[in-house]
Amino acid sequence: MTSQGKLIRNLAFACIGMFAFAFALVPLYDVFCDITGLNGKPSLEQAKVSETIDTSRIVDVGFITHIQNKAPFKVSADQAVISVQPGAMSKVVFKAKNISSENRMMQAVPSISPGLAAKYMHKIECFCFNQQALAAGEEADLALMFYIDTALPIEIEELTLSYTVFDITQSGQMGSSQGASK
Amino acid sequence: MNSITQDNESTQEQLDQIKTQEGVSITDHDDTHTEHHHGPEKGIKRWLYTTNHKDIGSMYLVFSLVMFLIGGSMAMVIRAELFQPGLQLVDPHFFNQMTTVHGLIMVFGAVMPAFVGLANWMVPLMIGAPDMALPRMNNWSFWILPFAFAILLGSLFMEGGGPAFGWTFYAPLSTTYSNDNTALFVFAIHIMGMSSIMGAINVIVTIVNMRAPGMTWMKLPLFVWTWLITAFLLIAVMPVLAGTVTMVLTDKYFGTSFFNAMGGGDPVMFQHIFWFFGHPEVYIMILPAFGIVSSIIPAFSRKKLFGYASMVYATASIAFLSFIVWAHHMFTTGMPLAGELFFMYTTMLISVPTGVKVFNWVATMWRGSLSFEVPMLFAIAFVVLFTIGGFSGLMLAITPADFQYHDTYFVVAHFHYVLVTGAIFSIMAGVYYWLPKWTGNMFDIALAKWHFWLSLVSVNVLFFPMHFVGLAGMPRRIPDYALQFADFNAIISIGGFAFGLSQLLFVVVVYKCIKGGDKVPAKVWDAAEGLEWEVDSPAPYHTFETPPKIKN
Ligand code: HEM
Ligand SMILES: [Cu+2]
Repeated sequence: MTSQGKLIRNLAFACIGMFAFAFALVPLYDVFCDITGLNGKPSLEQAKVSETIDTSRIVDVGFITHIQNKAPFKVSADQAVISVQPGAMSKVVFKAKNISSENRMMQAVPSISPGLAAKYMHKIECFCFNQQALAAGEEADLALMFYIDTALPIEIEELTLSYTVFDITQSGQMGSSQGASK
Repeated sequence: MNSITQDNESTQEQLDQIKTQEGVSITDHDDTHTEHHHGPEKGIKRWLYTTNHKDIGSMYLVFSLVMFLIGGSMAMVIRAELFQPGLQLVDPHFFNQMTTVHGLIMVFGAVMPAFVGLANWMVPLMIGAPDMALPRMNNWSFWILPFAFAILLGSLFMEGGGPAFGWTFYAPLSTTYSNDNTALFVFAIHIMGMSSIMGAINVIVTIVNMRAPGMTWMKLPLFVWTWLITAFLLIAVMPVLAGTVTMVLTDKYFGTSFFNAMGGGDPVMFQHIFWFFGHPEVYIMILPAFGIVSSIIPAFSRKKLFGYASMVYATASIAFLSFIVWAHHMFTTGMPLAGELFFMYTTMLISVPTGVKVFNWVATMWRGSLSFEVPMLFAIAFVVLFTIGGFSGLMLAITPADFQYHDTYFVVAHFHYVLVTGAIFSIMAGVYYWLPKWTGNMFDIALAKWHFWLSLVSVNVLFFPMHFVGLAGMPRRIPDYALQFADFNAIISIGGFAFGLSQLLFVVVVYKCIKGGDKVPAKVWDAAEGLEWEVDSPAPYHTFETPPKIKN
């Protein structure tokens, strides 16, 4: 191949490589966020129970819910804010209601603010681990059990756990769609 | 790939041909000479099939002018609506389509093709090459562009309308909340991207392989240098843009969840991927401008460019840094402190090489024997006004301040100073500088000065008050606003109409110059330097078929 041919080939490969790189950014972003807790996505796996309790300080944890795209649900925590000691287990009950006249599937996606606090939030039990089936008009108590890691940076005195609630009746299983899913 | 290899062979053929032609002309001398320097074909076929870099350059430039006028009329719609508070002329959904398509057209249809057109015309002339390295691909990269923009503009007339989610097409606006014509937007972007990538490959191969003997790297004119670096930026980020729109397409139509939290994706990731393309993109739109201004200022200061080598290194470092600052567009998405600081400092770092450039231009003019021909007027206006845009950029780079400025008219003021009085003014400077070379005629100088002064005044009436309304909190991309912004917006709109109308003068000047005018010599401007001034005016259809001798 001439030197010109080689140059053209290399440039063409560089383009293809950068196109692939755009898609590689997707898993890279997730890895990066997992390590740094950048995007406030808490772990969706069940955590181990804490052994120690830090009685020297108190953290305020707030709960908010946000219904996406007019999904026909009402979801709210029975307490808007609770004060916890890091390491101590807390239980919060969320009241969820299907306000439509059809059987529906609901999925809640959690997010934590400030983002850096996400990796210090350990959930033992959460309705967000699974999708929830709610029959027409059904009301249910959904439980969240969690504790805050004792290693939570000292400057974080309050954090907010936000649930975005989706209606996934049509699209079925969460994560069945490919792409950026985990 | 196919067309690439073909092109490769065809240039090889051409080179062979040129060699034999040289051989012939040595023996036969002048009588066969005219035959080899045959002119263009006649009629429409000339433009459809041409592989001549000058024809293609002209087509790019005309195309970009047409797009500039179309995009400009959309800006007029925007300013007419914003002339008074309240909703009066267009409905908000159409207003959103106007801001979106105005941005897309100006970025991908006006500024970028204009630079590619200038590169096509000037790079071969400046490095002493007979043509671009891949002439057939060159033809393709131009001719797919009209289709891309026909698709984009066509979508405005379809049911539901065109894209209305901003030129940055943030998810979920472009996925969950967009209409079904989004596929057209995606394909249009794909085609524009392919065109840019082909253009970039062509520029790189031309500069690397086709320089006349003796045209060493550190003798390259700065326009060639800045374009070489721009071309690498294009190759690095246009495919990322293509990837981004592809993800939007599959999220919207094929059920993937790249940017959808319900399926495990993340809408903030869209912004990371988009700005990884987006910030280098803004430098794609300014580096060639630096090259143009670096050619013009020495010519009318009658001095050599101050600090040539530092200009080259500054350009390269700007290009490198542009890859690590993208999140300055995302300060308000809630990044951790360390991230905010990192992106704040790297962004501020970019102003160091940029400052080097401004310093060098000023130093070139310092104690020069200046004269103020039209290209020089535009170049000086560029230096001053681009610097204002750089300063507002610095203000935006201060993270805590950006929390206030973000998504206000302050940002609009910033990027219009760098893009209109930066990129567009440099293109106009370049056109006035080289137009006599292209046509062989001097343009109507009096009219061109009118164009300059009217543009200069109106552009500042248009964009400067935007700083103030922005600082006072007027949000961008909104068809209505609070009453206290009314007076300023009326002034801004008047500036806008005046600027828009002034550009019609530009069209007249260019048209008249193509039609006729005072004949100019090969060296149009007495102190201009570079190989392009050694060929006749108008530049013959074929130039440098025998490589020129490079002086030391
Ligand atoms: C000293 C150099 C520069 C600095 C420090 C700088 C900084 C910034 C920052 C921090 C923003 C984000 C503002 C916000 O959204 O809150 C911004 C936006 C922008 N800048 Fe610059 N900038 C510089 C030069 C340029 C140049 C040379 C161009 C293009 C020729 C440019 C084009 C843009 C555009 C188009 C946007 C807005 C994008 C959008 O949101 O639609 N900037 N700049
Ligand atoms: Cu940027």
